[in-house]
Amino acid sequence: MAEAVLDVAGLKAGYGPAEVLFGVTLALRRGEVAALMGRNGAGKSTTLKAIMGLLPPRGGKVRFAGTDITGLPPFRIARLGLGYVPEERRIFTDLTVFENLEVGRRPPRAGRDAWTPERLFAVFPNLAEMRGRRAAAMSGGEQQMLTIARTLMGNPDAVLLDEPSEGLAPVIVEQMAEAVLRMKAEGISVLLSEQNLDFAAAVADRAYVIERGEIRYEGTMEALEADEHVREAYLTV
Amino acid sequence: MDPSFLLVQSLSGLASASSLFVIASGLTLVFGVTRIVNFAHGSFYMLGAYVAVTVVPWLLEIDRSPWLFFAGVLISAAVVGLLGVAMELLLLRRIYKVPELFQLLATFGVVLMVQDAVLKIWGPVDIPGPRAPGLRHGVEIFGQRFPAYELFLIVVGPAVLGLLWLLMHRTRFGVLIRAATRDREMVGALGVNQALLFTGTLFLGAFLAGLGGALQIPRVSASAQMDLSIITEVFVVTVIGGMGSVTGAFLAAVLIGQLQAFGVLVFPKITLVLVFLLMAVVLVIKPWGLLGRPEPAAGRAALPEGILSPRGFGGAERALLGVAVASLLALPLFGDAYAVKVATEVLVFALAAFSLNFLVGNGGIVSFGHAAYFGLGAYAAGLLVTKGGLPMEPALLAAPLAGGLFAALFGFFVVRLSGIYLAMLTLAFAQIAYAVCFQWVEFTGGDNGVVGVWPSAWASSRHVYFYLVAACALGAILALRHVIYAPFGATLRAARDSEPRADAIGIDVRTHRWLAFTLAGVAAGLAGGLYAFSKGSIDPTMLGIPMSVDFLAMILLGGIQTVMGAVVGAAAFHAIKDVFMPLTDYWRFLLGASIIALVLIFPRGLGGAWGALRART
Repeated sequence: MAEAVLDVAGLKAGYGPAEVLFGVTLALRRGEVAALMGRNGAGKSTTLKAIMGLLPPRGGKVRFAGTDITGLPPFRIARLGLGYVPEERRIFTDLTVFENLEVGRRPPRAGRDAWTPERLFAVFPNLAEMRGRRAAAMSGGEQQMLTIARTLMGNPDAVLLDEPSEGLAPVIVEQMAEAVLRMKAEGISVLLSEQNLDFAAAVADRAYVIERGEIRYEGTMEALEADEHVREAYLTV
Repeated sequence: MDPSFLLVQSLSGLASASSLFVIASGLTLVFGVTRIVNFAHGSFYMLGAYVAVTVVPWLLEIDRSPWLFFAGVLISAAVVGLLGVAMELLLLRRIYKVPELFQLLATFGVVLMVQDAVLKIWGPVDIPGPRAPGLRHGVEIFGQRFPAYELFLIVVGPAVLGLLWLLMHRTRFGVLIRAATRDREMVGALGVNQALLFTGTLFLGAFLAGLGGALQIPRVSASAQMDLSIITEVFVVTVIGGMGSVTGAFLAAVLIGQLQAFGVLVFPKITLVLVFLLMAVVLVIKPWGLLGRPEPAAGRAALPEGILSPRGFGGAERALLGVAVASLLALPLFGDAYAVKVATEVLVFALAAFSLNFLVGNGGIVSFGHAAYFGLGAYAAGLLVTKGGLPMEPALLAAPLAGGLFAALFGFFVVRLSGIYLAMLTLAFAQIAYAVCFQWVEFTGGDNGVVGVWPSAWASSRHVYFYLVAACALGAILALRHVIYAPFGATLRAARDSEPRADAIGIDVRTHRWLAFTLAGVAAGLAGGLYAFSKGSIDPTMLGIPMSVDFLAMILLGGIQTVMGAVVGAAAFHAIKDVFMPLTDYWRFLLGASIIALVLIFPRGLGGAWGALRART
């Protein structure tokens, strides 16, 4: 079994008086794509935000590449090599495509080719054609590609991808799956949150299922697909 | 009219626009990134002028060259930039997440502290600056002479705009600033250290304010009143241009510069009224200013928690209140004349503060210019008695009418906005009212005001007048308190807690807020009228920013979460001020420091402390 690049143990978090996570434990292994599955409100996005430090953890431990990152400010976590792609895209709409990439740029990491706008434009040809365009004038799918490209500019070792297929047209979802597999091929570990089982099945090696702020299931993607009982209980709406 | 005269007039408008833009660009940049409206921006401008009148003559001693003059100007701006860094590190960093009312108050605390520091360092006398070598002559333009330095200033504005554009679009720092203006949390999640970005932005913002101040020294002397006069103009520019938009600030500055240059030919005394009209027109058509956009709502704590569900008094509190009112009413029987005077003032301020908390705590409408309605009430009463020859009684009736009338007029625009925009607009309106009272010397007596505002014969004794004030103030407070408990008050609280939800259940939020604003103006106007007769005079300080801030400090001290806290806060604040102000030359410094301390460590005030005590027992 490959070592874990990201190790989450007993993570608790919430908003104000509302507790959302009651001790989430999961691990992301080096080089794999893991899916965090669950219904709306189960705690998927909250888990990713708490890992990233965007929501202060109220308990538990998060280790990334051997470093304890629990409670660090997000910019420190990002600099250690953990990228984050938010669900709502959060593109800088006043900036051009090229400038959006510039915001994400961090120094290269040893032993790895640095991402440059040119390399990313090769992966996302759509973006290349609109590098000087203001991001506000892009379609939703194009913005989604841009958020991923922007995060890759930070040369991350691992990426948290929040609901990548949410609200996208089927043809864009396909491109998104390709992008995830491309990241994996580049040696980037990916933890994605997802409701769409087909999408997860197309890209993920392993799956966790979260419900009411706790992990209820852990297994390979194939096993989850085969387990009708778990799917009924935690995933189907 | 002679066309060459019009040209020169227009050029001088451009020169003032240029200076105004340089200063406003700094404020709008800092707001864009930090979301803090920095009151102390005017202080940075003033410090720029003071540092320059110190540094530049010293450099010109070495050699009277234009280069040394401008080197001195840049050095002064850089010094002020470093002061901006200090302010970010020591204060702003701790208040990025607190409600904006507290942010405004805390930065105003800095304004007060800087005022006393400037008086201590440079003294009370205005200091004229040297003229710029090489630019002292006049230039002939179509037969009219125009100062060369003004021509130079006209170039500075567009040059700064161009340099800022390059900085914002061609450097990584600038791209990060623009990104952070839209979504600073995401910038952090991408690995950017926001703290450094914010510190850098404060340097840039304060540098620009300092530059604006330093460039003024050949035109105006450095004086201790520069800060508040410029901050109002700059607020108006940024509100018209759109908060956070540098280009918008430029457009607005040019518009206002021209309006003032030509307005002075038509209405020489009240050019500010024209500026007010321009602002009103712009805000009705574009509530977020010419190039501004609605505030990104994410993660914005607009308001401190206000009054939740108002509860009636418990037995102990009722007894306490009875004792307090009874001992207040009995005061003239054993207190000396001074005690009666102080008690009268406490009652007046209690009513003013209560009416403000009616807006802030109950309605979530953070007015930063409540003194306007207080002062307009005082002026209405005072002018009717002295110039109109009316007796006290009708004049006292006119005071709440005037307060309410102007609150209705200004409020019509105010309630179209929310949050920080609303606060700035109330402040701008208050400053316009202040400026009219200050500038319209023939009618209002200008800076000196008007004396001889005395009560009618029957109420002329301090004691009788005290009881008159007590009856009016306590009656008005009880009436307003009743409104808070009535459905109207609950509706305001609903709109405060969630405007869209209140809207969705059929509440006309804007009209309710407008009525509330007007009502608070009526109460403040009455307080102002009572105050005028107790002092025997009126003057512009009654509607100045410091008076508005005093009211805010009172409700903050009393606790905006409680209904009656404002009354306690007014009494405590006035008593503290009365005891300590004569003891020290640094009253403003202490007041500023206390406001900052209040915001940082004691944001729930005395009323909050009482509530916590009650909850425990």
